[in-house]
Formats: sequence, C-alpha cells, structure tokens
Amino acid sequence: MEQEVWTFSDYIMLVVSGVLVNNILLIRFLGNCPFLGVSKKMDTAVGMTFGVIFVLTCTGPITWFVEHYLLEKFDIVYLETLAFILTIAVFVQLVEMVIKKVSPGLYRGLGIYLPLITTNCCILGTCFYNIRFKFGFMPTVVFSFASALGFGLALIIMAGIRERFHYARIPKCFQDTSIGLITAGLIGLSFFVFAGLAK
Amino acid sequence: MEVLKATIYPILVMGGLAAIYALGLGIAARIFYVYVDPRIAEVEEFLGGANCGGCGYAGCSDCAAAIVEGKAPVNACVAVGPDKWEAVAKILGVSVEAGERQVAMIMCRGAKDKAKRKFQYMGIEDCRAALLAGGGDKECQYGCLGLGTCVKNCPFGALSMGEDGLPKVDKDKCTGCGTCTRVCPRGIPKLVPVSLKIAVICSSHDTPPVVKKICEVGCQGCGLCKKACPEKAITIVDSLSVVDPSKCTLCGKCFEKCPTGAIQQLLPA
Repeated sequence: MEQEVWTFSDYIMLVVSGVLVNNILLIRFLGNCPFLGVSKKMDTAVGMTFGVIFVLTCTGPITWFVEHYLLEKFDIVYLETLAFILTIAVFVQLVEMVIKKVSPGLYRGLGIYLPLITTNCCILGTCFYNIRFKFGFMPTVVFSFASALGFGLALIIMAGIRERFHYARIPKCFQDTSIGLITAGLIGLSFFVFAGLAK
Repeated sequence: MEVLKATIYPILVMGGLAAIYALGLGIAARIFYVYVDPRIAEVEEFLGGANCGGCGYAGCSDCAAAIVEGKAPVNACVAVGPDKWEAVAKILGVSVEAGERQVAMIMCRGAKDKAKRKFQYMGIEDCRAALLAGGGDKECQYGCLGLGTCVKNCPFGALSMGEDGLPKVDKDKCTGCGTCTRVCPRGIPKLVPVSLKIAVICSSHDTPPVVKKICEVGCQGCGLCKKACPEKAITIVDSLSVVDPSKCTLCGKCFEKCPTGAIQQLLPA
C-alpha cells in the first residue's frame, strides 16, 4: 500500500478495506475479548462501538506521530509496543477525565466502556497496521476510523444475533460463550466473501 | 559510543515520553477535577448490588447518588431490609421512615388443568413471544401464560415454575424489586405487603359467563362475596372482586360463598 499520491477513490477503497476486507474482529481476529464480552446486549454494543470509534480515530494518528517523530528519529522502533500501549492508556485516561467534567451525560453513556478500551487489542492492532502498511498521515486517520467502523459493524451484527439466542433452545453444552464463538467463526467465514474487494 | 547510544536513547525517550504524559495527566486531573461525594460509595455498599432497577434508577450507583443528593429516600433500595436502610440513614445522619416490606404475588390460579387453552403453543419459551402468537395460548386474555418470563428475569431467584404451570414466589427470597411486574406482558405478578391476609387471586376482567366457560378457578365478578361480607369490605370493580384489607375481619363468609375459590385467605388470622 505504499504510494505517494492518494486520490479520493483510494480513500474509499481504504474504508472498504478497513470495514469489510480487513475487518479487525472477523478477519484479523483481534479484540475477541470485547467482541464476546459486550455483544450480549445491543445497548452495550452500540456504546462500545462509539467509544472505540472515538478513541481509535484519535489514537491512530497520535501513535503515528509517536512512531515517526520519536521512535524512528532515535532509532528505537523496537520499543513501539511499549510506547503505543502507554500512549493509548494515557489518552483514554485523559478522555475519561475530560468528558467526566465537560459532559456528564456522555460520561454516563461511554464512561464504563473507556477503561475497557484501554486494553482493547483492536486499538493497538490498528495502530500497528497503520505503521506496517506504511501509511501517510491522512490514510492513517481514515484507516483508523474505518477499522473502528468495522469493529462496530461486527459487534452490532453479533449483538443482534446474540439477543435472539435468548429465545432459542440452545443445548446446554453450547450455551453462552460456546455458541458465541461458533457464531463468531461463522460470521468470520462469511466475511471472507469480501476478500477480493480491496487490498 | 554506539553502545551508549543504544542504552541511553531508549531510557531517555521512553522516560521523557512517560514524564510528559504523567505531567499532562497530572495537570488534566487538576483542571478537570470533579468532586464526587465520598458518601455515595459508602451508601452503595449497603444497597442490593443486583442492579435490579426496583428503585427506579438506572443502577445501584445511580440510586446511591440520588439517595445522597436527597432525591431518593434512604429506603429507596427495595432489595435490602430495614437494617441496611438504618445503615444508610446513619451515613447521611437522618432517620428512616420505613414502609412495609413488599413481596410479589402471582395473581392467577389458572393452572394447566384449570384454565382452557385456545391452541397448543410450541414457539419460543417466553411469555412476551407467546403473546405475539395470537394473543397467547390461554383462552383467558388476562391469565398467566406460564412460560416463566418472570422466573427467568428475577434477579434474586425468588421465583420458580411450579408443576401446575404457574410461577411460585419464595417470600423469603423476594425483595419486592418489582422486576417480575415489569417483564410480565400481562402484569400478573403484583407487589403486595407481606402481611396481606386476604386477596382475590385472579386478574380477569371478563364477565361472569365468559369466566365460567374458560376457567374453573377465576373470579367471575358475580358479587356473591360482596353480598356475604358483613363488613362491606368487598367491591366489584370491572368484573373483578376487590377486598379492602383494612376493613376485612377474616370472618370467612366470602370463602364459603365463592363458587370458584378465587378469594383466598393468605395467612392465618
């Protein structure tokens, strides 16, 4: 994906790639913990989705700066895992503090998801992909957003299905997480249909 | 020199990064400091902790905040008893105006063999789902559907499904949170004071001939109990008999007259 000039259609393809082709949950299989943890109810899934979209769209560019203007300059790229985790954790903390003060309403909606996001491997994973794919700044922003959107899409699909499990007669040995994992696998398989659509 | 660089740089850069972040967070914590009343956490310790929503707030911490702010009474949490209310009141330095403990009661006696069915329902085992299928399988449009939505949703495990297809309340476990009354599509479980001695266990507002045809044990609203009552404690409201427990002396005349036994003595006099 190394290229100098990015046209609008390239960005569209990047969104398609982030949401469908390289879906962070279903194709990359990162962030399975929140995928199974908060997908039991639609409300929490939607809340988590907005939290991830917000945090990832911000942390993607920030970690990009950290990588290119700090780690690369001092030739210590091997410390990027550490630096990224630190950056993400600090950012989430900061956001939590700010919205607690500025908007108590938003805090009540998103507050409980923010600590979960700190340790969400989707965030860290996408930050790494931004570097691995050698994206410039704008593609990083777009891909981070698209990736979070993909996370939300998969999570909401999953929550919709799992809410219906309440009314289904599931054999005892398959209940709860087992059927969740099987469902995740099947949705993942269906998402491979998009494989040829974009890079 | 190279070795020095390789050791010093990581320490400097990571240390510097961490220091800047720490400083930033520290400053932000000052700027965006929000005072949280420490009593809220103390109060929350004495609440039920089941997030049942019986108090009308979004959860236990929400309720605790409302209690501390004075928006809710100290006994707002219905899931705990008077001793916990006392503890909450002590934290806030006020006294408790205790109400009587309430428990859920299933206002239907239409067991499997007593109430007629329109059809055999074989769908999703949830009363709310069953209601969507032709208004439920029971002929009676007010009766318990017996698929246990209340049992599944009880946060305290106080309800169980009986052999007769009606839920049973364990009065010791029931906290009166009212979750069952909210989830039941027909509102069959009702909250009643735990010392309630007499009640008409039926929810049907159908007229006498209709009830007679579809249910062996329902209240027909015939009015025999009303006539029999020497204290005039019974009224018929919309084809359903209602007892005023404050007037009732438990003389037992209504029990003898009731053709279906819908009117019941709950506790010994």
